[in-house]
Amino acid sequence: MTERLFEGADWDFHTLQRITDACEEVALKDLGLDVYPNQIEVITAEQMLDAYSSVGMPLFYKHWSFGKHFAFHEASYRKGLMGLAYEIVINSSPCISYLMEENTATMQTLVIAHAAFGHNHFFKNNYLFKQWTDADGILDYLDFAKNYVATCEERYGRVEVERTLDAAHALMSHGIDRYPGKKKLDLRAEEKRAGRRRQHEEEVFNDLWRTVPKGTAKSRSALSIERRRKLLGLPQENLLYFLEKSAPRLAPWQRELLRIVRHIAQYFYPQSQTKVMNEGTATYVHYRIMTQLHQQGRITDGNFLEFLGSHTNVVFQPEFDDPRFSGFNPYALGFAVMQDIERIVTRPEDEDCEWFPDIAGKNDVMGVLRDVWANYRDESFIAQFLSPKLMRHFRMFHLHDDPEERAGIRVDAIHDERGFRRVRRELARQHDVGYIDANIEVVDVDLSGDRRLILHHHVIKGSQLNETDAKRVLQHLADLWTYDVALIEVDANDKVLREYVVSPRPIPAAVA
Amino acid sequence: MPTHIIDRRLNPGGKSLENRQRFLRRAKSLVQGAVKKTSQERDIKDVLEGGEVTIPLDGMHEPRFRREGGTRDMVLPGNKKFIEGDYLQRSGQGSAKDSGPGEGDSEDAFRFVLSRDEFVDLFLDDLELPDLAKRKIAQTESEGIQRAGYTTSGSPANISVSRTVQLALARRIALRRPRKSEIEELEAEIAACTDEDVRIELLEKLAKLKAKSKRIPFIDPLDIRYRRYEKVPRPVAQAVMFCLMDVSGSMSEHMKDLAKRFYMLLYVFLKRRYKHVEIVFIRHTDRAEEVDEQTFFYGPASGGTLVSSALQAMHEIVRERFNPSDWNIYAAQASDGDNSYSDGELTGMLLTDKILPVCQFFAYLEVGESGGSAFDLSDSSLWSLYDRLRNSGAPLSMRKVSERSEIFPVFHDLFQRRETTQEKAAP
Repeated sequence: MTERLFEGADWDFHTLQRITDACEEVALKDLGLDVYPNQIEVITAEQMLDAYSSVGMPLFYKHWSFGKHFAFHEASYRKGLMGLAYEIVINSSPCISYLMEENTATMQTLVIAHAAFGHNHFFKNNYLFKQWTDADGILDYLDFAKNYVATCEERYGRVEVERTLDAAHALMSHGIDRYPGKKKLDLRAEEKRAGRRRQHEEEVFNDLWRTVPKGTAKSRSALSIERRRKLLGLPQENLLYFLEKSAPRLAPWQRELLRIVRHIAQYFYPQSQTKVMNEGTATYVHYRIMTQLHQQGRITDGNFLEFLGSHTNVVFQPEFDDPRFSGFNPYALGFAVMQDIERIVTRPEDEDCEWFPDIAGKNDVMGVLRDVWANYRDESFIAQFLSPKLMRHFRMFHLHDDPEERAGIRVDAIHDERGFRRVRRELARQHDVGYIDANIEVVDVDLSGDRRLILHHHVIKGSQLNETDAKRVLQHLADLWTYDVALIEVDANDKVLREYVVSPRPIPAAVA
Repeated sequence: MPTHIIDRRLNPGGKSLENRQRFLRRAKSLVQGAVKKTSQERDIKDVLEGGEVTIPLDGMHEPRFRREGGTRDMVLPGNKKFIEGDYLQRSGQGSAKDSGPGEGDSEDAFRFVLSRDEFVDLFLDDLELPDLAKRKIAQTESEGIQRAGYTTSGSPANISVSRTVQLALARRIALRRPRKSEIEELEAEIAACTDEDVRIELLEKLAKLKAKSKRIPFIDPLDIRYRRYEKVPRPVAQAVMFCLMDVSGSMSEHMKDLAKRFYMLLYVFLKRRYKHVEIVFIRHTDRAEEVDEQTFFYGPASGGTLVSSALQAMHEIVRERFNPSDWNIYAAQASDGDNSYSDGELTGMLLTDKILPVCQFFAYLEVGESGGSAFDLSDSSLWSLYDRLRNSGAPLSMRKVSERSEIFPVFHDLFQRRETTQEKAAP
C-alpha cells in the first residue's frame, strides 16, 4: 500500500511538496497535461484580500478604485457575507498559485490540483490565451506599468494621472481588439519600446519646428470621407486604441497610460471569454486527480469525503426559482459538460452517436478533452458540446421577454426534441462576450471642421445604454479627445434611437 | 519539473493600504459626511471604536457602457412544469424577472469598515484649537528621525547599495583589479598565439592577473556603507484646556448628559490632536473643585450655582501651575446659563480681568432641556453676559444645545479651523 500524503487536516511545507509531486504525477502521466512550471505561494487571509482587490495580480499600479474594492471586499468578508476564494491563480510563466494558510491539507490538495494543474494547463494550451496573452512577459510588464504610473505621478502630479486613469478605466471594456490578425502581444518588447519612444521624443524635441512656415495646406475638405476614415483606421471599435493614436491633444505619457490600460484589458480578455471552460477544466482536473489519489490510497476515506463536500458545494447549481440562483454557475456547467464528454466518449447512447458522431465511442477521453480545452471558448464550447442529456439533467428552458408582450414572458423552448437546439444556441449566445458587451465604434471624426468625434452604438434587441452611465463615460471620452463627442444609438435599420453630445471639461492647466 | 513552494505569509500585508488611502482621500467629503452622520447616532464612547460607515455608491461610481432594457432572452435551469408557449406573469413568484441579469443595480450604498484611527481622523479632520499662536518651545521631545549621511556599521536593512558599489568600484580601480574583459582578452590572445615564448610570457601575465583578481575581491567588507539616521528633537507647543462644568441642582440629568458628551468629545479631540495638552477638570455648584477625570464624568454632586467660583478656581490654578507666558490656555464651559443674580458682576469681572486676557479661546456651551423651545425665548443671565463680552471683542464662542444630536455640529462649529483668528487676546 502506498504511503499516505498526510494524516488529518494539518500540513507543513514538506506535506505541500509531497502533495504537489503526487498531483503532478497524476496530471502529467495519467491525464497527459502540459503545464507551465508551477510556483505555489502560501499567504494569509489578509493578503488574499489584498490580491483580490488588484484583480488578483501580485503587482499593480496604484489607483483608488482598487482601494475601493478592497474596502468593499473587506467589509463583506468581515460581516461573513462572503467567503474568500480558496485560491487565486495567475496566468504567467511560472504559473503562480496562491494558497490560503487556513486551508486544511485536503483543501490544499484540491487547490493545487485545481489551480496549479487545471488552470495552468488551460492557460498554456487554450488558443485564446496563446493568441492574446504573453505568460512570460506579464509580470515584467506589470512591474513596468507600476513604475511608469508612479513616475508619471511624480512628474505630472497625482491628480492629473488619476484623471487619465479614471477615463481609461471607464473605457477599459472598449479597449480590446476582438479579432486577431495583428501580431501576438509581446509585453517585454512593448515595455522596451515604451522607453525608446519616450527617449526618442525627448531627443528630437525642438521648439524651433513650430516656427517653420508651412506650405499652403492641402484642402482637407477635399479628402473624401472614405479616404479620411481609412487614414484614421475607421470604423474602430477599440476606443482606447483610437484615442491613443488619434486624440489630438494628449501628452505622450497620457498615451502611454492608455496603452497600459489597454494591454491589461487585452490580457484579461481571454479570461472573460472562457469562464465556463476554464473553471470546468480546473474542476474536472481536480476531480480526476483527487479520485486517483484516493484510489491509490494516498488520501484517506475521511479526507476524500471532506473533498467531496467542498467539490459538491463548488458545482452546486441552484434552480431558477431558488433564492440562491444568480445565473448559471460556470463551475457547475463546465464540469457537467466535461464529465458528459467523458461519458459520450466512453459509453455513448444512440442519441449521443447521432449528436456527436465525431467523438462518441472514441474511447480516448483525455485526447478529446485536451483538444476541446485547446480549441474552444465558452460560446463555441456550449454550442458544440451541450448534450440533450445535460439539458434534460439541468431541465433547461428558454424564456423570451418582450416588454411589448402583454401576456408576460414567453417560454420559447424547453428541453424536448423541438427545443434542444434552440436552448443550446441561446445559452451559447449568452456566453458570447462579443454579444454581451455593447457594440460601440468610432465611425467618423471631422478633422477639418469642429473635430467632433462620432460614435455609433449598434442596438441589439432594443437594448440601449444606461443613460446616466453613458453620459459619464462619454464625459471621460470627451475629456481625453478634448473636443465634442457624439454617440448615436442606431438600430439594425440605421434608425437613430437616441443621441448624446458631450463637450470636454476645461483642463485646469495643460501639462505637456 | 521543479515546483517552488514559497511561504509568503511573512511578507508585509497591507499591500492595499496605499490604494485604500487613495480611496479615502478621494471619497473624503462623502466619508466625512457619513462619519458625522454615524457619530450622531452613536454613543460618544463608540465613536472611538471606528466602525462601519455607508456612503452613497453614486459618489464613487465607476461608469461603464451598460446595456439595459429591450427584449431579453435567457436560458434557465430547473424547469418543472412549463411547456413551450406558456406565459409567465411578469411580477410575483415564479417570474424569472427578478433573477435576470443586472442585479448589481439594486445596490444603492457602499458600506465599508473604517478603522478607529481613520474614523476619528476623518471626524476631527477640519478641527483645531484656535489660535495656538503663543508657541513656546518649553518642552522638547526627541521623536523625529532624519537621514544623516553614511556609516560603516548598521543593520543589513540599511545597507546603501549604490554607495557600497561606488566605493567598491573606486577601490577596485585604485588597486588595479583586472577587469573580466582584460582576462578574457588575454585568454583569447593566448589561444591565438603561435610563438611559444610569447605564449609563456602571456601565460605568466595571465596567472598574475588571476591571482590579483583573487586577492582583490569584488566587494570587500570595507566597502559596505549603511545609511545613518539621526534622531532630532522636535519642539512641541504646549497647551492646557480647562473644562468647567456646572453640576448644580438646576442642571437636569439631560443637561449634564449633554455637557458630558461635549467634554468627552473635547477630550478625544485634544488627546488626538496635541501631544502636550494638559486637561484640568473643574466642576462647580456654589463652590468649585478641581477633580480627576473619573469624578468629573461620573461623580455625583449637587447644590446651588455660583459660576464665579469655577472661574476663580481656574484663575488660581493658572496662577499656580500654568504661566500664561509659557502656556496656551483654553477653556470650555458648560452650564444651563443659570447663575445666582448677585454673582453676575463678579463673574463678568473675573472673565474680563483675569480669565479672558490669558486665554487663547474660551468656548461656552449652554445646555437646555430636550425640546428646548422655551430656551430661545429669553437669554439666560450668563448668555447675556457672555454675549456682551463677545461683542466687545473677547475671544469667546458660544452655542446653545438642547439635543444630543446637536452636540456634534456644535462642537464642529466651535472648533472649526479658522482661516484667520478674529479677535486676539491681549498678551
